[in-house]
Amino acid sequence: MPSQEVVFAGFGGQGILSMGKFLAYAGMEANLNVSWLPSYGPEMRGGTANCGVILTDEAIGSPVVTRATSVVVMNRPSLEKFEHMLESGGLMIIDSDLVNRSAERTDIEVIRIPAQTLAERLGNKKAANMILLGALVKRTEIVSLEVLLRSIQAHGKAEFFQVNKRAIEEGAQRVPLLAH
Amino acid sequence: MGNKVLMKGTEAIGEAAVRADCQCFFGYPITPQTEVAAYMAKKMPKLGRAFVQAESEVAAINMVYGAAGTGVRCMTSSSSPGISLMAEGISYLAGAELPCLIINIVRGGPGLGSIQAAQSDYFQATKGGGHGDYNMPVFAPSSVQEMVDLIQDAFDVADLYRTPSMVMGDGMLGQMMEPVEFREREPRRLPEKDWAATGLLGRTKHNVINSLYLEPEELEQHNTRLQAKYKTIQENETRYELFHCDRENDLILVAYGTTSRICKNVIKAAEKDGIKLGLVRPITLWPFPDQAFEETVTRTKFGYLSVEMSAGQMVEDVRLAVNGRKPIDFYGRTGGMVPHPDDILARVKQMVLEGVSLWH
Repeated sequence: MPSQEVVFAGFGGQGILSMGKFLAYAGMEANLNVSWLPSYGPEMRGGTANCGVILTDEAIGSPVVTRATSVVVMNRPSLEKFEHMLESGGLMIIDSDLVNRSAERTDIEVIRIPAQTLAERLGNKKAANMILLGALVKRTEIVSLEVLLRSIQAHGKAEFFQVNKRAIEEGAQRVPLLAH
Repeated sequence: MGNKVLMKGTEAIGEAAVRADCQCFFGYPITPQTEVAAYMAKKMPKLGRAFVQAESEVAAINMVYGAAGTGVRCMTSSSSPGISLMAEGISYLAGAELPCLIINIVRGGPGLGSIQAAQSDYFQATKGGGHGDYNMPVFAPSSVQEMVDLIQDAFDVADLYRTPSMVMGDGMLGQMMEPVEFREREPRRLPEKDWAATGLLGRTKHNVINSLYLEPEELEQHNTRLQAKYKTIQENETRYELFHCDRENDLILVAYGTTSRICKNVIKAAEKDGIKLGLVRPITLWPFPDQAFEETVTRTKFGYLSVEMSAGQMVEDVRLAVNGRKPIDFYGRTGGMVPHPDDILARVKQMVLEGVSLWH
């Protein structure tokens, strides 16, 4: 049964909350139950941002992600904060341009992507978050890439759609082909 | 998926109020519900309706008093410390029998507390808050969808019984996004507001909006009438959900709002350990659903566990409802901390497997 509890975390301004929103919209379009819960407390004032997104075909109980199936981090403090929250066998996606160490745990899957470098090559450094989101969706298959792109087209700014699309595809290509 | 849209709780409150034909919004910003006012500021003027950012919460609730006195549908929205400032006005609204909607998106207290989610305003909402013998219907949604549905209900109940009513959610409900559908609904039959102060309109006697009765006999009569009204509200408007209560349970959890959702996760997790749990979820906090306990008291082996984001407030009403027939225990977190499902389950196991009650 499709079910993902994802934490997106990084600095304010990296598009952390948007990543979560696009995934939630995509989940809704894929007929899943979804919830999106942002951090709005003191951590936000400190410049870090995170949100928890749940997509599942079952009823959503608590919107608070307490045991994540996937975590996407775009700074080092977030890796330190959320690594322990991943369930065993969970997926950690790291922007390796911004986080200078890998995960310490050995019971999780780690995908490191130099998202800043790749986004710059695509012509817009702001699209780094979409590269990571593309990788997440490709690896977890929680929704299809087509549905994700549709949700970005429907709910994102039209002027950024082409670069976001290329970023999503770039991220998806970075995911190693693994047996499930 | 129908016509579902993904919306933040606070913005969904605004949209639901607009659709419920709210004509006036008065408020003062405070986290975590400022987006309600922001949404209304954008929407209301376009519809030819009133949005006023007052100079304080005290002013806002008195503007509500004035608008409600003319019979228009009106509301305010705030969070815990702001509601404390409004308490006097709420008592006046109850005394003058003026219908209005008050939103409280609760944050941690006491004092300025924090901006994180809490349920520590249960006493304030259900046991007065303001002075005098009054009650106020308090609705406690557990999802953004239910919040939207209850806004309309709360307005209707307010008009039907001439009372302020409250929709109370915790900070998480205000800040989270969930899919919502704005359903067309059969409107409730509501009485004419022939009491409103809108001019004589051909009558010979003025309508007076007032809560001052200097003659004790008169004030007692007024109170007697209010109490009769509250009894009718208790009989007609009490709402609750029973979840997995149609079986013999080891224990029944009692929770409302976001906490009830966490409890549903706990119920699922407990099945794996062979522990059967039910849930009583009050949807109206006042009137408190005593009936839910009549229906479940023989179906729980170890009694009830009230789970709250407070130091133990609703649990007092659970005790009154159960009235000694079964043990009552409590688990809560305060200060904006959210109960973790594992911790609730650990408490459940202590009660069910070891027979330990920890709350005194």
